[in-house]
Amino acid sequence: MSHLSARPENPVVGEALPHESAVLHVTGRALYTDDLHPRTKDVLHAWPVQSPHAHARVTQLEVCAAYEIPGVVRVLTAGDVPGVNDSGTKNDEPLFPDEVCFVGQAVCWVLGETLEAARLGAAEVRVDYEPLRSIVTIADAIKADSYQGATRTVRRGNAMSALARAAHTFTGEITFAGQEHFYLETHASLATVGDDGRVFVQSSTQHPTETQEIVAHVLGVGAHEVTVQCLRMGGGFGGKEEQPHGFAAVAALGATLTGRPVRVRLNRTQDLTMTGKRHGFHAAWRVGFDHDGHLVALQTTLTSDGGWSLDLSEPVLARALCHVDNAYWIPDVEIVGRVARTHKTSQTAFRGFGGPQGMLVTEDIIGRCAPLLGIEPHELRRRNFYTDGQTTPYGQVVHQTERLVRAWDQVTSTAELERRRGALAGFNAAHEHVKRGLAITPVKFGISFNFTAMNQGGALVHVYRDGTVLINHGGTEMGQGLHTKMLQVAATALGVPLSRVRLAPTRTDKVPNTSATAASAGADLNGGAIKDACEQILARLRPVAAERMEVPVEDVRFEGGEVRAGERSMPWAELVHTAYLSRVQLFAAGYYRTEGIHWDPEIMHGTPFKYFAYGVAAAEVEVDGFTGAYRTRRVDIVHDVGDSLSPLVDIGQIEGGFVQGAGWLTLEDLRWDESDDPERRGRLTTQSASTYKLPSLSEMPEELNVALLERAHEEGVVYGSKAVGEPPLMLAFSVREALRQACAAFGPTGHSVVLDSPATPEAVFWALDEARRAYRPAVPEPTELGHPVQVTQV
Amino acid sequence: MTTSRTRSEQVSTPAADLVLNGSRVPLDGVPPHTSLLDWVRERGLTGTKEGCAEGECGACAVLVARPTPEGSAEPTEWVAINSCLVPVAALDGQEVVTVEGLGSPEDLHPVQREMAERGGSQCGYCTPGFVCSMAAEYYRADRTPRAASGVDGSGVDGSDSVDHDCGPNGFDLHALSGNLCRCTGYRPIRDAAFALGAPDAHDPLVSRRSFPPPDVPRTRIRSGDEEFVRPADLGEALEILTRHPEALVLAGSTDLGVAINLQGLRPPFVLAVDRLPELRELHVGDGDIRIGAALTLSEVERGLAGHVPLLDELFPQFASPLIRNAATLGSNLATASPIGDAAPVLLALEASLVLTGPSGDRVVPLDGFFTGYRETVRAADELIREIRIPLPLAGTTAFHKVAKRRFDDISSVAVGFALDIADGTVRRARIGVGGIAATPVRARATEAALEGMRWSPEPVARAAAVLATEGTPISDMRASDRYRRAMLEQSLLALFARETGEESAERPGSAQEATS
Ligand SMILES: Cc1cc2nc3c(=O)[nH]c(=O)nc-3n(C[C@H](O)[C@H](O)[C@H](O)COP(=O)(O)OP(=O)(O)OC[C@H]3O[C@@H](n4cnc5c(N)ncnc54)[C@H](O)[C@@H]3O)c2cc1C
Ligand code: FES
Ligand code: FES
Repeated sequence: MSHLSARPENPVVGEALPHESAVLHVTGRALYTDDLHPRTKDVLHAWPVQSPHAHARVTQLEVCAAYEIPGVVRVLTAGDVPGVNDSGTKNDEPLFPDEVCFVGQAVCWVLGETLEAARLGAAEVRVDYEPLRSIVTIADAIKADSYQGATRTVRRGNAMSALARAAHTFTGEITFAGQEHFYLETHASLATVGDDGRVFVQSSTQHPTETQEIVAHVLGVGAHEVTVQCLRMGGGFGGKEEQPHGFAAVAALGATLTGRPVRVRLNRTQDLTMTGKRHGFHAAWRVGFDHDGHLVALQTTLTSDGGWSLDLSEPVLARALCHVDNAYWIPDVEIVGRVARTHKTSQTAFRGFGGPQGMLVTEDIIGRCAPLLGIEPHELRRRNFYTDGQTTPYGQVVHQTERLVRAWDQVTSTAELERRRGALAGFNAAHEHVKRGLAITPVKFGISFNFTAMNQGGALVHVYRDGTVLINHGGTEMGQGLHTKMLQVAATALGVPLSRVRLAPTRTDKVPNTSATAASAGADLNGGAIKDACEQILARLRPVAAERMEVPVEDVRFEGGEVRAGERSMPWAELVHTAYLSRVQLFAAGYYRTEGIHWDPEIMHGTPFKYFAYGVAAAEVEVDGFTGAYRTRRVDIVHDVGDSLSPLVDIGQIEGGFVQGAGWLTLEDLRWDESDDPERRGRLTTQSASTYKLPSLSEMPEELNVALLERAHEEGVVYGSKAVGEPPLMLAFSVREALRQACAAFGPTGHSVVLDSPATPEAVFWALDEARRAYRPAVPEPTELGHPVQVTQV
Repeated sequence: MTTSRTRSEQVSTPAADLVLNGSRVPLDGVPPHTSLLDWVRERGLTGTKEGCAEGECGACAVLVARPTPEGSAEPTEWVAINSCLVPVAALDGQEVVTVEGLGSPEDLHPVQREMAERGGSQCGYCTPGFVCSMAAEYYRADRTPRAASGVDGSGVDGSDSVDHDCGPNGFDLHALSGNLCRCTGYRPIRDAAFALGAPDAHDPLVSRRSFPPPDVPRTRIRSGDEEFVRPADLGEALEILTRHPEALVLAGSTDLGVAINLQGLRPPFVLAVDRLPELRELHVGDGDIRIGAALTLSEVERGLAGHVPLLDELFPQFASPLIRNAATLGSNLATASPIGDAAPVLLALEASLVLTGPSGDRVVPLDGFFTGYRETVRAADELIREIRIPLPLAGTTAFHKVAKRRFDDISSVAVGFALDIADGTVRRARIGVGGIAATPVRARATEAALEGMRWSPEPVARAAAVLATEGTPISDMRASDRYRRAMLEQSLLALFARETGEESAERPGSAQEATS
């Protein structure tokens, strides 16, 4: 067992603890960024002037009228920017644009004594536009050759010739939707300026270091002039990885220009219309199977809808291409990926980061092809699993496939899938208007940032003279329980009770140069760094203890707040005090970088992932044939989190991720106006909570059984754990596939169901309607439904 | 007129205030558009959150003390509402409890304790709202434990019949249907809800229930040029309406609150009618049922106690409890929204409205009430006083609401059916439809196609095909026109299947059997 993954006796990691802030959450005492402004004096409030056009040149910007509104203090425009007028890292996202590229884009910002004054002021700003041609859909972008960033290809063998040899080949297409993060807390920043001119920005950000860098470059100052703090976030899900920077910069710019604190907080509609979302994709594919249903070749082209600027679209695409295989061995593959440029919000990271989109393509293929091959979908999936030692299309050796099989078998038996399939067939035979479907799907998800440099973490651990401990690390807390885990890691590493350890909010002046809290890697990276810092401190304390207790240094152990050696012991606090008097350094900066990974982005080849996280889910749904409405009756999940650092947190991540994934695949329906009406084109038509619906309690599976995979120690990761933030989202494919099977039950055996994504009741209704019509072959294929091209056997 | 003018302007109005977490706080000078949410947050009580400002997410939920329906054991109850929608001025004299008022880190409220210990919070942003909604259900006086059953929230197996929406402690999960959580997936929240015991008799919120509810004072709050007025009675209200043609009538504020927050509506003069006694009567007579326009949907539901089965199908599908605790039935008709849910049902029931104005009352059939997109025959100086439903009721009724989400979603189409079927023949058919025209409409061609016909598959299928051609449905973000038409057709087929027992299509909210 590696030093990093080995656990001491009675570790605090592994205990099922509530979230470290749970008591503050439930009493309303937990502070979020926008809770600070009522506690801050003389705050100015900001309101954006938003573009009504999907694409237009700003020909004139006239702000004087805004100043007529009582309470308007300042209008921020491009001319105010002392540094770089860009809110991103790629210089393609002007903070104050002279060409607007999506409806809702901020042209300038008005600062007022009250939010009301700022809002009214913004309404007075006159902007003249010269509308330009706009591209709204991926299809339009493909037609117009509108792409951004590099086209990438993952290739192994020769897919074309393998397809030509395959016993069965099928071809098809799918276009599927993105997803709004809908963190309950919208974007927020509050900036103040210190006496020395240094700027302090409190921001709801997953990436404080990058927020700091962008604020600094907009202000034209060094990073050391800017401190960014994130208290906690009311949800992030990737939506606050790249997107907060511009808002923080506006607040900081306003604060430096006025000398007063400036608050930027988006209301829900602003957040929905201004910030990026999960990428929707289009995929066209050809797939080949042998006589036994083994995948032999896949050729597919994925086009993601990147929106108006690159943002994180390239790494998202890379991860998508690296997850098309999911859990399946496909000998010959060619996976091409490109990013469309459209006039929409700049699509960005979202839990899974392209992985779910890549996997959807293959799960959709299998779901559509199974009936055509005459093989049960669960059988077809199982038959194609990787075995250890096989490599992914991008060249990484796959390990631990035994875990996937164990999880699959465990779900199959504990959820009694065999028995229930029989019961379900009986139910479906007995009911004309209600059908049930039951599906089981696997997840294999790679952990680590594809971009190797980001796989590093930092921490700062202070032991005070009274023996209490304060930790700081580079990760941010957005509800995923990272801080809870980090407290457990520190207490375990130092051998002190949890009550001795506290954690201070994430700040760039404590731990610099941090990576985004993303890619599920927060605990791996920051946990490694905290453990390192704690061990440095213990290494210094050990000789002091050995001397005091008169024992050999190697015998000294730290456990439960005591320092022990054989029969002897002394309290931790006493040792700490002694060490201080002996002039021993009681604080340390810790550092961690993930070893053994490498990646060549040009040829899309290497070993980008430290390991894979595995999971399996089975879902049963019931579909109403009159409306297409459905309920999820039961879900069973077995998921691999390694040796859990914090089981309550991990189960929360699994359940929450699953429900969020089910939301993406079934309910959440981003709609953009695609009409030619210049007043409407490019508008997000689901721009409020009343039109963009999230799963609520009624969408929760009536029965939800979640188990953590046992015997799952992960070598070489902090205390044997595995990342958990993203992978469970993809367990929700089980729901989509169960819906497909329920729809199929309305039709004749062998009918291949084409199901839109999201599978809203309307989409399900058309799918089951089509299945019903399949009994009557005279009816032509209803291609006018806007469905992708029907799977055809060629 | 002169005398009453003197009356309303000379009767002194006491200074406005409300009781917030037990302390009296003045309300002088608050603008009519300032929401309770913004007001409590500005006071530093930032536990209550804004997630949407349109009544959808529940992060802003708080508790208010309200009168119980007549005949209840105790005069007062705690109900949860969306603080983002209601103007704080409308709460003059009222008692409000926020998440901070329920408990503190040192002294957790039982709801807070269950939520904290069971992992009910992740990011914690939705949590204060869930705590308040859950507390309202915790304090519901008629919440009683169910007979011992196997539901523990952690999963059920076997074939016992199980109601997933009601806990062993009698907790009705629908109490939380107006609260969204993006993190947890809800299971731990459900577990917390189902683990709650009965409140302690010494709990101050329990004790409060046995005292009369807060009075509803006459209110007059001025803020610059803007004014909020709550008259004492209907007479005063009508008189103000005559004098102030610019007055905006406010009831539960679930529509106006959205307009204020999202569309920037800033009414200079607001006239609150939601607590006018004359608009809050409920009477089940021999010839008709009379429902006060200012009763909330929750109050109507409880007051009718199952008298109108068709309305009982409507209530659980109308918004969320947080909204239903504020939204009034009269307003739902007054707004004349083509996608309002009450109209299709009340059209099918052949309801009429009593409009009251300076020259007295007039009765208008609902069928003739809507004149165009969000337009009605109501004159600017009139109020809807009550809704009348003639008796006897039709024997076969159904409400079909089609939406993306099962609960708390706006209809893409809604159909109310009221049929009299005797000896296998449809004697009379009344069908109200929303979502297919500029106003809610009667499906007259379908009614004609059904009346006098056999209640059997072929004629019903023919009538269903007619129903699919009614109105002029559009495509929008909620549904395509094709789907809307298909749903019209299917709604009648589904009703037929349900009535003839061909299929027990599950209805939302009904008890569910366990997994196969
Ligand atoms: C989150 C959410 C979900 C919703 N879901 C649904 C749903 O599922 N189905 C549905 O149908 N609706 C729904 N609604 C709409 C809304 O709740 C209803 O229209 C509600 O009935 C309005 O009542 P109110 O008392 O709150 O109206 P208010 O906002 O107070 O007033 C609305 C209008 O009615 C007028 N008015 C009020 N009382 C009278 C009176 N006595 N006489 C004359 N005019 C009057 C006012 O002048 C105003 O123009 C939803 C709203 C929200 C915010
Ligand atoms: S803030 Fe979302 S319901 Fe009030
Ligand atoms: S805990 Fe984050 S929204 Fe519920």
